Amino acid sequence: MNAAIDGTFIAILAPFFAAALAPFVVRMLGHNGSWLLALVPAGIFVHFLGYIDQTVGGAGIASVWDWWPGMGWPLSYLIDGLSLMFALLISGIGTFIILYSGGYMKGHPQLGRFLSFMFLFMGAMQGLIISDNLVTVFIFWELTSITSFLLIGFNTTKEKSRRAALQALVVTGGGGLSLLAGIILVQLVAGTSDLSTLLTQPGLLQTSPYYMPILLLFLGGAFTKSAQFPLHFWLPNAMEAPTPVSAYLHSATMVKAGVYLLMRIQPIMGDTLAWSIILPIFGGTTLIVGTLLAVRQTDLKLMLAYTTVASLGLLVMLTGTSNEIAIQGAVLYLLAHSLFKGALFMVAGLIDHGTGTRDVTKLGGLAKAMPITFGAAAFAALSMAGLPPFIGFVAKEELYLGIWGTEPPFLALTITAVIGNALMLVIGFAVAFKPFLGAKVETPKAAHEGPLLMLAGPVVLSVCGLASAIFLHWTSVHLVGPMASSVAGKVLTPALHLFPTAIKANLILSLITVALGLVLFFRLALLRGIMDRVLRTIGWGPDLGFDQFMNGTVLAAHRVTRLVQPGQMNMYMKVAFAMTAAAILLPLILLDELPNWPEMPDMRFYEWGVMAIAVIGLAAVLNAKNRLTAIVALGIQGFAVALIFMLFGAPDLSFTQFMVETLSVVILALVMTRLSLYQDDHRSPVRTVVDGTLALAVGGGFFLLLLAVVQQPFNAELSDFFREHSVAIAHGRNIVNVILVDFRGVDTLGEIAVVAIAGLAILALIRVRPKTRPKAQPISDNSNVGVVASAKTSPAQETTQ
Amino acid sequence: MEVALAALIGIFFVTAVYLMLSPHVIRILLGVAVLGNAVNLLIFTSGRLTREVPPIVPDGMIVADPSIANPLPQALVLTAIVISFSFFAFLLTLAYRAFQELGTDDTDTMRIAEPADEAAPPTGY
Amino acid sequence: MRTVIFRTTAPYLTSLMVLFSIFVLLRGHNEPGGGFIGGLIAASAFAIYGIACGVPPVRRALVFHPMSIAGTGLFIGASSGIISLFSGVPFFTGLWIYPTIFGVEIALSTPLVFDIGVYLVVLGTIASIALGLEERERL
Repeated sequence: MNAAIDGTFIAILAPFFAAALAPFVVRMLGHNGSWLLALVPAGIFVHFLGYIDQTVGGAGIASVWDWWPGMGWPLSYLIDGLSLMFALLISGIGTFIILYSGGYMKGHPQLGRFLSFMFLFMGAMQGLIISDNLVTVFIFWELTSITSFLLIGFNTTKEKSRRAALQALVVTGGGGLSLLAGIILVQLVAGTSDLSTLLTQPGLLQTSPYYMPILLLFLGGAFTKSAQFPLHFWLPNAMEAPTPVSAYLHSATMVKAGVYLLMRIQPIMGDTLAWSIILPIFGGTTLIVGTLLAVRQTDLKLMLAYTTVASLGLLVMLTGTSNEIAIQGAVLYLLAHSLFKGALFMVAGLIDHGTGTRDVTKLGGLAKAMPITFGAAAFAALSMAGLPPFIGFVAKEELYLGIWGTEPPFLALTITAVIGNALMLVIGFAVAFKPFLGAKVETPKAAHEGPLLMLAGPVVLSVCGLASAIFLHWTSVHLVGPMASSVAGKVLTPALHLFPTAIKANLILSLITVALGLVLFFRLALLRGIMDRVLRTIGWGPDLGFDQFMNGTVLAAHRVTRLVQPGQMNMYMKVAFAMTAAAILLPLILLDELPNWPEMPDMRFYEWGVMAIAVIGLAAVLNAKNRLTAIVALGIQGFAVALIFMLFGAPDLSFTQFMVETLSVVILALVMTRLSLYQDDHRSPVRTVVDGTLALAVGGGFFLLLLAVVQQPFNAELSDFFREHSVAIAHGRNIVNVILVDFRGVDTLGEIAVVAIAGLAILALIRVRPKTRPKAQPISDNSNVGVVASAKTSPAQETTQ
Repeated sequence: MEVALAALIGIFFVTAVYLMLSPHVIRILLGVAVLGNAVNLLIFTSGRLTREVPPIVPDGMIVADPSIANPLPQALVLTAIVISFSFFAFLLTLAYRAFQELGTDDTDTMRIAEPADEAAPPTGY
Repeated sequence: MRTVIFRTTAPYLTSLMVLFSIFVLLRGHNEPGGGFIGGLIAASAFAIYGIACGVPPVRRALVFHPMSIAGTGLFIGASSGIISLFSGVPFFTGLWIYPTIFGVEIALSTPLVFDIGVYLVVLGTIASIALGLEERERL
């Protein structure tokens, strides 16, 4: 542990700086600015590559930078196999996504803003997976939800994208709150929220009586973020976002945050009965539902989105087994999925860009026009289908070994996985081969190849899917092994083979999967028809349920608001003051804390005089019949207060109060010439009695409270500190000023910010010109009340003086 | 000393609350101004009173004599005075603009924001 | 209010008050005074000038919009806290230097810079309010 800023902290902060600079770079260089901006994630990628050797063998590196001691907000990171893998995926894929965005959004007037959001997201996601402290993890977690909201709703003029953005925010934000509650419980149980400390105490949380609530709250966060059934519906809707967003956030990185969280807590919360029941059930259901729903779609992006849901389900299911081999399978699959799904989404964007449509039934024979795209798509799809020699094949072999090769085998999970993987092959082939092979179909635009900016990503990612399998030994030692060790909580050295050495059960399972997949692929149209009919019969789905939930919430909120806020300001005031009086008086009476009857104060005659002036001023304010009296009376009580400050050793306050009272009188005089003051404060007798009683109760309450306070012994600890240290450490002799600008400088900063904001608000109020002359027309359609009021014997006119 | 000040502060609060319960915006404003002074005096007095010795370390000394006035409430009140003034100015402008727009200063008839027969908010995105 | 005597004396009164406000600001660390009081005095000075001679001359005299002065003040205040980060000490730690200019030792410090920020915020905000309301009256 070291305590200073180092290169990794700079790498964590770099995307946020890039976010600030992106609009300017784009303004200067246009869409080619993304070449320059992509250097940021590329640099981060290179920085993290330097850690690869250090995490081999399951070691972790933690560091803290306490940039503001005493506030308890240190920045800290933990780099082990798990976070390093994610960091490399985020920065590596991020580099190509930034390039791709430049090509995809070329000429878009808001490209700068778009890239800025992308970098904000990149920073948030990177912070999420690298933070050591769970509270920091939560902050970044919410930041990814917010940036995802901004990016899904990027096309603000479209209602569908606004709905999708809000839906994603509500679902993932709600999950975030659940996670926060879980983190607070962990802090209470374990006394720390630092992961590096928690990971050294396996068993602590599992045996705690609060284990179940903690687990459920964490799962609430993870399942919403990683779109597990039945909360999966936001992810396909999020495809309203521009394609780079779908490729980056909603397949390769952000939606894996939930999986990351599960893998991260596996050593400290996993391997229990609840864990191994809940996770596989939810994961398995999501896998099957996701693939079946994918079959029904014809939009390339939606097909991919539903298979993303399914893949996330598979990952959750495998993590839930807490089996070492299955975990290795999950790690491999996560790597493979990020590579092939990112590539396929970018391919979908390229097809859309090159032909003008994404509907798979309207595409065909593009291979000639878009050969490079086709190559990338084919590589990615073969990896997705789990065919050798791609990383997807290795992953599938390993995960079958993990769930079938154990004693006793997870039979239900194996069947689920085989069906799911077969359907995944169907979709992969449908996305990557249907549009390119077969007869040429006329498309809205003449099909053409995409620019280099857009091709770089899919090509590199799909080639990585091949390379990582060919150099399997390196992948296994440097990436898979360390990450699986972090997830399992013990050192693992996976034994992986690109080509099976013997005919084992997992190879047979693979063959069944491929055979089943191919059969279904050639019956895709039939399958789609069946799914369509089934879903139409069911009718209702969680997506519709979301609308009902939102509308219900709005209506319920409206009813509650009408109940507690009937719109009478006077009533609000009465309630507030009654509560104030009760809050002061009740504890004093119930806890028997009423003060003793005080002695006659020993005041000097001039002090009595000043107080008498104050009382006279107050009485005059109460009885003021015209503007001038009111202003003068208000000034009198204010100057009396200033004199009191002067008499009791507070020259600074006295001075300030004098200035403020003078200014108050000046601006009151300026405004009051236009505002009328009614001759008398006409209230009905009943109202006078009620108001008077309330006023006496509040005033009497404060009188008794203050008496009770001053009869307690005075604790001068804090004041003595300032008295003794003002000159010694802050070099100032005016202690009040030293407190303001030095000891409590941050408070003062907040206070002057408040003053400045009040000034801005006033300026805005003054600047807004009245649209209609007063008393001329009703302000809005439903302001009947206002019309009635001004028609009534408008007292304002009669009493203007 | 504190007893007399406590009584005075009680009177400040009674005046402020009674004015703020008035239906007329201008009297509410006067009440807010008085309330600010009441609260400032309350904080000031609860830090105990000392006559005439300001919280300043005399020249040439490092630590002030314990008989000086308590500096802490003074620091709190100093910023409170400026902030309550800013908000008083804000309320004053708000009242003035409301009067211009609505032609009334009776809060019972100011129902633009919360009309009596408000329809349910629209649903949708 | 715009009598000849008032109009003639107002500029002198204003400049005296602004000068006094700076004096109050700078002595604030050791004697009664400081940014809040100084800012209020300066703001009243401009308010008086505005009442005497109308708002446009005051706006010209201030050169910048009062709200930008306030914004600058807020920026200065926040920056004075950040300076300490660059010196490797925690956020908002007071830093002091004692340069000798023309044979006189002058104490410069980040709290002083912060107090100047406070002064500018209060001056800018209150002057902006007062001038805005005065302008409204002339409509």
